[in-house]
Amino acid sequence: MSSRLALSVFAVAAIVAVSSCGAQETPTAAAPASAAAAPVTSAAAPAPTGPALSITDPWVKTVKKGMTAAFGTLVNDSGSDITVVSGASPLSPMIELHEVVDKDGKMVMQPKQGGFVIPAGGSHELKPGGDHIMIMDAQKAVEPGAEIEFTLTLKDGGTFTFTALGKDFAGAKEDYQPGGDMNMGGETDADNG
Amino acid sequence: MAEGRLTRRGLLAGGVAAGVTALGRPASAAAGDATGEAGEPVVPFHGPRQAGIATEPQAHAVFVAFDLREDTGREGLGRMMRVLTDDARRLTQGRPALADTEPELASPPARLTVTFGFGPGLYAKAKIRSPIKPLPAFTIDKLEKRWSGGDLLVQICADDPLTVAHTLRMIVKDARSFATVRWTQRGFRRAAGTQPAGQTQRNVMGQLDGTANPVPGTPAFDLAVWRPDGATTLVVRRIKAEMETWDAADVVAKEFTIGRRLSTGAPLTGAREQDPPDFDAPGPNGFPIISEYAHIRRAHVGDPSLRILRRVYNYDEGITRQGHADSGLVFASYQADIQRQFVPIQRQLAEADLLNEWTTPIGSAVFAIPKGCGPEGWIGQEVLS
Repeated sequence: MSSRLALSVFAVAAIVAVSSCGAQETPTAAAPASAAAAPVTSAAAPAPTGPALSITDPWVKTVKKGMTAAFGTLVNDSGSDITVVSGASPLSPMIELHEVVDKDGKMVMQPKQGGFVIPAGGSHELKPGGDHIMIMDAQKAVEPGAEIEFTLTLKDGGTFTFTALGKDFAGAKEDYQPGGDMNMGGETDADNG
Repeated sequence: MAEGRLTRRGLLAGGVAAGVTALGRPASAAAGDATGEAGEPVVPFHGPRQAGIATEPQAHAVFVAFDLREDTGREGLGRMMRVLTDDARRLTQGRPALADTEPELASPPARLTVTFGFGPGLYAKAKIRSPIKPLPAFTIDKLEKRWSGGDLLVQICADDPLTVAHTLRMIVKDARSFATVRWTQRGFRRAAGTQPAGQTQRNVMGQLDGTANPVPGTPAFDLAVWRPDGATTLVVRRIKAEMETWDAADVVAKEFTIGRRLSTGAPLTGAREQDPPDFDAPGPNGFPIISEYAHIRRAHVGDPSLRILRRVYNYDEGITRQGHADSGLVFASYQADIQRQFVPIQRQLAEADLLNEWTTPIGSAVFAIPKGCGPEGWIGQEVLS
């Protein structure tokens, strides 16, 4: 799977615009930036900066519909920290950046305040049981072998687009608890995957 | 050199051919470092041809065949091969697959190769004309459905059995949205490092097996195995060795059957394994020393372009309460053209090979082996896109 780096707001915004969803529709504190606000001028505009941000091993758990999650390792080759503040995908209008925390002895998922920070010259792993890109309401099935596009919006307004491969996976059984947090693991889980 | 060993029955026969080495395998190779390629644990995945064919056979193998699900069409096949190719390219290089639940098992890869084959049924599902067709029936066959056929074949080979197990698990998990498992055949050769690389191995019947094989890197090999585009074909036959009756035969009878010495693999007319057999040499009573029905005579192929590459593995499954063995050969044969190369040899053997008395084909399947792919591609892309 290929990942495309486009720190250029221009190149990326065009992709975001293809989907009807905008990051601004994600009502979480972790997603203050609005990718849709980026001016769409030319999809062909070359990225003005080098590929400071990249992702290795991106994949998304298959699902018929509803909730699922995307994973991979974000790599920052630049000399300064990069903060991912929101995500978007044609798959769903609701994408959140999540973390898994221990709350009173129970592992729960919740929106990550401040987003994902990838340290200068470092990396940040998104994995089952840890930080991940949460797809709240997939509008269509994520099938095994499908290539699903994601666009991440950065704190500086730039965006980064990559393609994740659909993979069957028994774990990462996110279960939405209305009025509460996501619950990972445990006997009450329904297998949304 | 001229022998194509073939096998079926032959398969077990190891000795068959003789001269293979004469064709190209330098004697020094056989005497080389026992670690051989085992010292280089990573076999490249990307390339114009799939790995696991010209690759020096690893110690362990599993062949798994799948039946495609009813609803798997050409689009689904493309997704399936994209996922399975991704697994293969990562695991063969010692990296975990995506969503690998046991990533710790990805290294060392132990010369892991993962090779994909498409059966006639896959082409039917994709509504594409199949480049291969099932083998004709042979009189010696006692085929069982549980070892025969299949729409998709994955050959997984490595010098370490845990690597093979992990890779099989990953491949099966990722295939099962698209297909069900039809059969699994596990096989083994000499453990890595126990004999020099390139040395002919022995099968469970004690025969040297593969003497007449074309040698990778030679024009004769390329001629026999590869199509111009880098594709090839695979025949997988499960050949049961009738060990109880084989035990009852004495060494003279066994050697007469094969046409070679069991000890050295030399033809009965020669002194060394690599000596070409002299099929005309008469014995004391006027009959040829190498019988008209000896395995090596029946399997002999003079034209290098008509030979096959035997890339075989032994199997040895559960023993019965009576102590009888369930052993034999997972006979895997690669050749550019099944009808032109494999079928004539198999016919010759089926008609009259003394070894048929002690070997029984109980499984059979044919697959087209697509060409290799690059880092951005996937196996079968040119077929299914």
